[in-house]
Amino acid sequence: MTDPSKVQLTEDGRLKHFLTTEGLSKDLLTEILDTADSFISTQERAVKTVPLLRGKTVVNLFFENSTRTRSTFELAAKRLSADILNLDIARSATSKGETLMDTLWNLEAMYSDMFVVRHADSGAAHFIAEQVTPNVAIINAGDGRHAHPTQAMLDMLTIRRHKDSIEGKVVAIVGDILHSRVARSQIYALRTLGAAEVRVIGPGTLLPRDIEGMGAKPFYDMKQGLADCDVVIMLRLQKERMQNALLPSESEFFKLYGLTEEKLAFARPDAIVMHPGPINRGVEIESAVADGNQSVILNQVSYGIAVRMAVMAMAMSGQQTLINSEENA
Amino acid sequence: MNLPDIEQVCHRLAGDLQEMIRNEGLEDPLLVGIRTGGVWVAERLQKALNGSSEVASLDISFYRDDFTRHGLHPKVQGSELPDTVEDRHIILIDDVIMSGRTIRAAMNELFDYGRPASIHLICLLDIGRRELPVQPDLCGARLTLEEGQLVKLSGPEPLELSLA
Repeated sequence: MTDPSKVQLTEDGRLKHFLTTEGLSKDLLTEILDTADSFISTQERAVKTVPLLRGKTVVNLFFENSTRTRSTFELAAKRLSADILNLDIARSATSKGETLMDTLWNLEAMYSDMFVVRHADSGAAHFIAEQVTPNVAIINAGDGRHAHPTQAMLDMLTIRRHKDSIEGKVVAIVGDILHSRVARSQIYALRTLGAAEVRVIGPGTLLPRDIEGMGAKPFYDMKQGLADCDVVIMLRLQKERMQNALLPSESEFFKLYGLTEEKLAFARPDAIVMHPGPINRGVEIESAVADGNQSVILNQVSYGIAVRMAVMAMAMSGQQTLINSEENA
Repeated sequence: MNLPDIEQVCHRLAGDLQEMIRNEGLEDPLLVGIRTGGVWVAERLQKALNGSSEVASLDISFYRDDFTRHGLHPKVQGSELPDTVEDRHIILIDDVIMSGRTIRAAMNELFDYGRPASIHLICLLDIGRRELPVQPDLCGARLTLEEGQLVKLSGPEPLELSLA
C-alpha cells in the first residue's frame, strides 16, 4: 500500500482523506486546529448548524462499536448540514456474508460523499481509501492499534486552548501505550506541533519497544515520569489486556499508575489532566482527579465535535477541488 | 484609472452613517464588519463615531455559496459577535460590493445568531457587476472598472486601495 500520509493529501498538499497524523505538516495540523476553533464558536450560538456540507451524504461505517465516537461524528456531520447514515456493520450485511467491498460499492451507489470508518484491523481506513471510487472522502475513526487521528487532534486542540500552545510543553501519556492507537496518533501530532518532550509512562509490558524511535521517552515510574509535566494524558485500561497476563491485576495497576491527587502533585501545579474516555474510575484515574479542577476531560468531548467538523469540512473541500479540476481538464 | 482618496471616502461615509443612525432612530447599533476588509472599515467608522458603537466581525467562510467550486477557504478566522444579535440594529459593513453573494452569505449567518431588529448595508466601494438583488444603503464611492479588473483594500493601517 502507498504511504498513508500521501494517500490523504491532494497534489497541492490539501487534505482529501484523514487517515493518520503521521507525516502531516505542522501547517496542516495547525490549519485543522484553527478551523476547529472557528467551529467551537459556531457551537455556542442559538443555531449550531452551518450550511457548509448541505446536500452531502456522510456514512458512519463502524465495524467496531463506539457509541461516543460515532455520536460525535454524527453530530459533527449534522452541524455541517450533511445527511448522515449510521451503519451498524456488525449487525448488517457483512454478517449475512456480504464482503467488505460489496458493502462499500453498495454505499457508493447510493451517492455517498464520505465514509467515517472504524475497524478493528490496522490499516482498514487506508485500504478503503485506496479501494473506493475517487471523490469519496475517508475519515479514520480508529483502526486497530494503528491510528485514531481525530481523537489526537481534539487532544491537541484541548492543550492549545488550555495551555495556549503545544510548543515547549512537556506531555506525559500514561497507561497501555502498546495497544493504543490514540497514543500513536498523539505522539506524531505532539512531535510535529513542537512539544518540548513527549513521555510515555507504564509497565514495561505495555510500552512498545520502538517507542523511542517514535520520539517519546519511556518511564516506568509515575514520580519520575510526571515531574515537570504540563499535560497528563491518561489512557483507558482495556480490561481484556488483563487476560493476556500483561498486567497482574487492576488494583496493582491502580497502585502503580492510577492517577491520584498524590501522584498528580508530581506534575506542575497548573498541569491539565486529559482522558479520551470512557474513564474507568478507580482503575486508571480516581474520581477526585477526574472531577477535579485540573481535569479538562469534558471539555475534550465538546472540542471533539469541532475537530470532527473541521476535518470533515477540509477533506470534503479537498475532494471538491479534485472533482472541479477533473471537470475542467 | 484614478482611485478615490480613502481618507476622504471614509470621512464622508462616517458622516452619512451618523446621519442615517440619527434619521432612522437606530438605537445602540452594532457595527458588523465582514472579514477581512470590512472589519477594518468598521473599525475606522467606529472611531469616526467616537467609539460609541460596538464592533463585531463576521467570517462567512462556512456560508459561502461557492464551496462546491472552490472548497473551504484555507484561513478561516471565525466570527466574533456578541452573545445575541436578537432585536439589535445591525450595520453590516464590507469593503467592496460586487456580486452581492458575500452579503447574502453574511445575512444568512447573522440570522443563525438571532433575529436582528434591522440590517443596514454599508460598503466603502461599489464596483457594480451585481448578480443578486442586493444594494447598499450607503456607499463611499462608485467605481466603474474595466472588464476583469478588481480593486483590493489592504490594511488595517494605513488603509490603501490598489487595482488587481
